[in-house]
Amino acid sequence: MKPAIEVTDLTKRYILGQNKADGMLREALVGFLKNPFGAGKKKGKPLLALGGVNFSINRGEVVGIIGRNGAGKSTLLKVLSRITYPTSGKIQVNGRIASLLEVGTGFHEELTGRENVFLNGSIMGMSRKEIASRMKEIEEFAGVEKFMDTPIKRYSSGMRLRLGFAVAAHLDPDILLVDEVLAVGDIEFQKKCLKTMDDLRGGGRTVLFVSHNMAAVENLCQRCIWIDNGKVRMDGPADDVIKAYMSTFLNLKQSGGVDLRSIESRTGNGEGRFTGIEFLDKEGQTVNFICSGDSITIRLHFETSVTLSELRIGIEVHNETGLRVTSSNNFLTGYEVFQLAPGKWSIDWEIDFLNFMPGSYNLSLWLGWWENFQDVLKHAVILDVQTSDYFKTGRGIESRYGLLFLPSRWKSDTLPAPVSRSDVNA
Amino acid sequence: MPNFKDWLLENWRYRELIFFMVWRDIKVRYKQTLLGAAWAVIQPLFTMIVFTLFFGNLGRIPSDGIPYPIFSYSALVAWTYFSTALSYSGNSLVGNSNLLTKVYFPRASLPASAVLSGVPDFLLASLILVGLMGYYHIAPSWAILLWPVLLIPLIFLALGVGLFLSALNVKFRDIKYALPFIVQLMMFLSPVIYPASMVPERYRVLAALNPLTGILEAFRSSLFPARTVDWKLLGISLLVTAIIFVSGLLFFRKAESDFADVI
Repeated sequence: MKPAIEVTDLTKRYILGQNKADGMLREALVGFLKNPFGAGKKKGKPLLALGGVNFSINRGEVVGIIGRNGAGKSTLLKVLSRITYPTSGKIQVNGRIASLLEVGTGFHEELTGRENVFLNGSIMGMSRKEIASRMKEIEEFAGVEKFMDTPIKRYSSGMRLRLGFAVAAHLDPDILLVDEVLAVGDIEFQKKCLKTMDDLRGGGRTVLFVSHNMAAVENLCQRCIWIDNGKVRMDGPADDVIKAYMSTFLNLKQSGGVDLRSIESRTGNGEGRFTGIEFLDKEGQTVNFICSGDSITIRLHFETSVTLSELRIGIEVHNETGLRVTSSNNFLTGYEVFQLAPGKWSIDWEIDFLNFMPGSYNLSLWLGWWENFQDVLKHAVILDVQTSDYFKTGRGIESRYGLLFLPSRWKSDTLPAPVSRSDVNA
Repeated sequence: MPNFKDWLLENWRYRELIFFMVWRDIKVRYKQTLLGAAWAVIQPLFTMIVFTLFFGNLGRIPSDGIPYPIFSYSALVAWTYFSTALSYSGNSLVGNSNLLTKVYFPRASLPASAVLSGVPDFLLASLILVGLMGYYHIAPSWAILLWPVLLIPLIFLALGVGLFLSALNVKFRDIKYALPFIVQLMMFLSPVIYPASMVPERYRVLAALNPLTGILEAFRSSLFPARTVDWKLLGISLLVTAIIFVSGLLFFRKAESDFADVI
């Protein structure tokens, strides 16, 4: 049997700054007049998003695509789904391909839910008949039956997402490309989507699943492809690839501080650079172990090579499902510094009470501000928050309790005084 | 890149998408307006009144013996369709950049649907002609059957030019600013306010190369029994239209490969 997808030596090169400098007719005309026979000579730095990718995927396989942000995963999906053309290389696709790069693409605010299903479905390549015959299932799946004749501008973002996913889920393609659609939406809906994806496997469908949610990838995929710097770094059984991938993350378990200088997947103009991150306890000692409810200090080390008119520095925290749990920066808290000379600096983010439930959290660091970032490290460090015995009851606070851990207590003026269990047993 | 035949087939396979996009555009166009679809008529009608005042009464532009209001309105209906089709299609790719970067579908569906979405407006504006002909006591001949038929080459012409403009607009946003100006210029170069017979003899060949000349003149002739359709002129226009349409397709297919990266 022919493979569902066969990719040979796939390369995609972007010319940076193309739409700024080269996008003017004047530039093109001047360029043409100056050098009429060398037309098409492009300025700007080329960026190799994919550099010679090879793999082949059999019919019915569910394959996870993992890798850091900017590694080329999304470009790969875009090329596979024909949104953009490869610079060189060959892609052989056998069967109808559909992508969920962004659910609800093409929804129009003024149209009703039903009308949008028709529009969205036809954009994704479904015929009018197919859409009409699946309308009922789509309505039910999305759970918006009552609102199908309401303009979509009155929908909540959750309803929109559900409707968009419902259309895509009923597309019935041979090959489905999924990119991080599960990062949004409520837990119940996420589970439903994962279940649908699971059903797809039974249906003999080929699925390519891009995600940062390792638990989901491990659950759904037998095979996994790890993309790093535009190349296939590893391709094999999902467990092995995920393990190898995770081991490259700078893990806090090994030491209280992490050297950030060697990280390559960073963006920004380089006028400032993060050099290290440390986790400290109340006494200022580095810690190897962080629990829910701890008070910790995150110390960022960075160096600047020019005078910065203003220092802006911040941290974002995402959980395993990709949800941004919290973020903070010095501007927000009013700790502002101007005219910062070149040099080596450090700054502390003091957290009085770590509200996180146990689990793995991704820290992203940024220096600078919108459109003028000096350094951005996305998902640079993993913060493992351990189960804590905060209430000294021996009963751990676990991740199944939810997202947030609140410093709180139970009290009553009317109940009899509480008794500790050890006294009862005695 | 697929070969030209496969590319055309792929576009044909997605014809239902074009239908849905046209339907969306029509449905949304006059939402939250007070006058709604009346705008389709108001635009050419008021232009006709202004033209009649300035060009007909003050400028005394000859109109081949036909009352100037109906003379200019007959061309204005077709012209209004063409000019709006051009500006819609010219901006169709850039206006839907979120679609282009997120999902695959044949890109030509966008300018094609933009061109087609003006057809109902054209038909509505044509209805006014019935009233005007009654008012001026003009009895139509069989030639009036040509009126709707002539819309077909006009659509292909608008699509051909629209394919060029929309693809160029992706890379050069200058088009967005040049478009209204191009449209205005084209109106003066085409027999909208004046009859083609007014063009000096030595420029006739040049005028005939403008495909709008033959088509607009034929639109007019189909209404007035006093005029006969200039088949030779129309033939040249149809030929030029075909050339523009096919080269528009070829150009678009070549340009579309980096739409998503450049837009």
